[in-house]
Amino acid sequence: MSTGAAQAPVGVGRLAWLRTTDWRALLSARNLIILGVVVAIGYLALVPLGYLVWGAFFDESGLTLRWFRDAYSAVGLREMMVNSLVFAIGSTTISVTLGTVLAYLIVRTDVPFKALMMAASLIPLILPGILHTIAWIFLASPRVGLYNKLLEPVLGAGTLNIFSLGGMIVVEGLHLAPLVFLLMVAAFRSMDPALEESALMSGARLITVVRRVTLPLVRPALYAAILIMAVRTLEAFEVPALLGIPEGLWVFTSRIWRVLGSYPPKYGQAGAYAMSLLVLTSIGVFWHSRLAKRAKSFQTVTGKGFRPRPIELGRWRWPATGMILAYFVFAVLAPLLILVYASTQKFYSVPSAQTLSHMTLHNYEYTFRSSGTLVALKNSFILGIGAATLVMLAMAIAAWLVVRTRLRGRWMVDNLASLPMVIPGLVMGVALLFVYLRFPLPIYGTLWILLLAYFTRYMPYGMRYASSSMYQISGELEESAQTSGASWWQSFRRIVLPLLMPGLVAGWIYIMVVSVRELSSSILLYSPGNEVLAIRIWEQYQNGQFTELAALGVVMVAALVVLVAVAYKLGAKIGVKEA
Amino acid sequence: MLKVDHLIKSFPSRHRDEDRVRAVNDVSLDVEDGQFFTMLGPSGCGKTTTLRCVAGLETPDAGEIAVGERVLFSSSQKIKAPANERGLGMVFQSYAIWPHMNVYKNVAFPLEVLPRGKRLAKRDLRERVERVLAVVKLDHLANRQATDLSGGQQQRLALARALVMEPPLLLLDEPLSNLDAKLREDMRFELKRLQRELGITAVYVTHDQSEALAMSNMVAVMKEGEVQQLGRPREIYEHPRTRFVADFIGTSNFIDGVIERSEGERYLVETAYGKLAATSGADFAPGTKVVVAARPEQIEIEPGQANGSVPNEWYGTVGTRAFVGESVDHVVTVGDSEIRVRSNPSVSISQGTGVVLTFREDACSLIPAGE
Repeated sequence: MSTGAAQAPVGVGRLAWLRTTDWRALLSARNLIILGVVVAIGYLALVPLGYLVWGAFFDESGLTLRWFRDAYSAVGLREMMVNSLVFAIGSTTISVTLGTVLAYLIVRTDVPFKALMMAASLIPLILPGILHTIAWIFLASPRVGLYNKLLEPVLGAGTLNIFSLGGMIVVEGLHLAPLVFLLMVAAFRSMDPALEESALMSGARLITVVRRVTLPLVRPALYAAILIMAVRTLEAFEVPALLGIPEGLWVFTSRIWRVLGSYPPKYGQAGAYAMSLLVLTSIGVFWHSRLAKRAKSFQTVTGKGFRPRPIELGRWRWPATGMILAYFVFAVLAPLLILVYASTQKFYSVPSAQTLSHMTLHNYEYTFRSSGTLVALKNSFILGIGAATLVMLAMAIAAWLVVRTRLRGRWMVDNLASLPMVIPGLVMGVALLFVYLRFPLPIYGTLWILLLAYFTRYMPYGMRYASSSMYQISGELEESAQTSGASWWQSFRRIVLPLLMPGLVAGWIYIMVVSVRELSSSILLYSPGNEVLAIRIWEQYQNGQFTELAALGVVMVAALVVLVAVAYKLGAKIGVKEA
Repeated sequence: MLKVDHLIKSFPSRHRDEDRVRAVNDVSLDVEDGQFFTMLGPSGCGKTTTLRCVAGLETPDAGEIAVGERVLFSSSQKIKAPANERGLGMVFQSYAIWPHMNVYKNVAFPLEVLPRGKRLAKRDLRERVERVLAVVKLDHLANRQATDLSGGQQQRLALARALVMEPPLLLLDEPLSNLDAKLREDMRFELKRLQRELGITAVYVTHDQSEALAMSNMVAVMKEGEVQQLGRPREIYEHPRTRFVADFIGTSNFIDGVIERSEGERYLVETAYGKLAATSGADFAPGTKVVVAARPEQIEIEPGQANGSVPNEWYGTVGTRAFVGESVDHVVTVGDSEIRVRSNPSVSISQGTGVVLTFREDACSLIPAGE
């Protein structure tokens, strides 16, 4: 259906192929651009992995298992592995359960405050993991936690201890729940409500409908959510670092950070841990692809828009509303407010009438005066905007290649671009360290290595955004541009790109946001003078500058919100508005 | 069997200038036992909303719904039976076949979710499911995955699932609209046969007039939330009472005129192009503005001349001619208006020929102007 585009240069005539100058056709702008994108994707996806394997299995004398022996003979190793798994399984369970229940209630039932919940679900996506974790320390640490102070009269001092495996699981689970929420909202929306209604008409009770019809039907989306959460929790760094390390609760990621931070840095051991983590995430992906294959027969959800007719919850409506409000107040609003509160204090202490009457803007003044902070702010936004723009542009071309052409091996481009999805951020950091400490490209210690890291890490997301909107554009639109006499580049730039724009803008915003808040790759790759925002906050936390970092956090979140809003407005102007 | 009384249902409007849209505006229906009752109308006329109110999938603002002696909904008595306790069978437009179950499981589901006290023994359940699968001729496919069925088979499966409970009332929401034309005609007769043989009362919703005419005992033509006309199919076709009904069902020529005089049910209408005689059960005083609706197939066409002095004989010229298979259409210019005439394919008159049109008196319907 779209071969016309792929064969365009051939269309010049058969003779062109036979002439000796056919290399000119091959070297056309179109082919050069495509070649460039494919080579870049291949290089970015494969080279770090190659170096990682090499670094984990080789030393000066050749093939060795020495690094693994060293890594796995460390004290408390068993405990570390158990912690990693318990942490991953626990926070995946919390985020998937919470996100799915909330999505079901909002999309399919008659609970009130729907718009509020949809908006609230975006807040934790903008709030960086490190700020979220610190906010929870303000809320639930045994000594200064607000929730503990509130519970003290009832349950005694220090009921909640955030510095524990349980605390880590809850904080990570709450931070990831909005992501599950968004995935499941899409799944529930694309389901034909008649499937549930026919079960109701059959006489089934609501709970039976959910158990026997609704859940089995969204199973593919649920599996995908579980997989993504499992990978995200295994690679999580902020929560284990801030909440686990003080109590000696280690997981893979914090361990990698630790061995690299020792002197001299134990690169081999870090590589060995990184390999193990990579194997774990790959097992997850393998398991998911098998389940997805089996689940294929369910997929008759058409993706067509349906008139949403909410199910009446009856007497469960108010308990459900209570749950939504509680989630909103305690898990969404409270972390934000406590950060704003902290940013107005000279020294952090539990909110009281006295502290509330001594608010100051001193921390903001400090934030805007400190040159290190300003540099970090600038770096982060340069990197965020740069990475988002480059990724979306390259992935638009790659998606075109995968979706529109019949080139042999195009599926490999898709797979390569998706590969970094399984590479945890910290592992990516280790891998890039391996590459650019040895490789004669002098980018180590510059912003370029961070740009490279972000580009590689977020390439898979860009690919998903670009290709899913590419599938929605009929090939005929492009073909008719070509029959109107447009060259490949003209039709790509004037027809394909504008039509793709809503998807590209959505992807751009997502990548920009996650790049600006990135910590786990940056923490291994930054060098003094090249700090980014998350690093700056990390440093301030280590120095005990809690109130200053809260001010910086508030500025950062505000800047992100403004940038996202501007991007939406501009995107709507450039592209075709979504119907 | 089914009694719907002064049903009202409104939805929040998407437009700013109006608050709520009345999707169903004071609808009353009375469906007799064993009847095949059809609600017919264009999209947005409120037919599906009415059906969903009966099903319990929408909550009406006001009115009463009763099946047999049992009141399912009543705004005055504050009664509202939930959808899953009404015990009605329903077939959805999209079939709503559960893709994660096989054919047998789909049909067994309603029996499996019966309240504990009423549940059937395993053997009885199997027997019931197999019997109903045999009725819709799907018994040989019981173990097939539901998604592997063809459109027509999915349709029959949805029907089997709705029938397995032996409901007092079967609700059908445009069940044939997703099938291709040929299959749709076959299923029409199949559905009618099943309904008659099993003696079920059925309420059927469709926008397809030929479906409604072919299958129903009684048709309610709806527009903008109101019932325009209620009657037997032939009655509705031959004597539409509003311009909308005449236009929506079949094709009609509309000719404006004024009542000149009447003799009992016989009226003489003065129009711009000549006089027309028509019969009507309704009462029109002389001088009333009316619209005469005449079906194209009820007009005879013949080459020739007429002087226009005889009522119902008009003179015109053939404008265009179209052969459509089972019939041939001539569009005849009379004065500055066009009259469509449908006749046997053997009649073929070339363009520009002068023709005499003869309107059958009993086939001209009178409709009050402005309706």
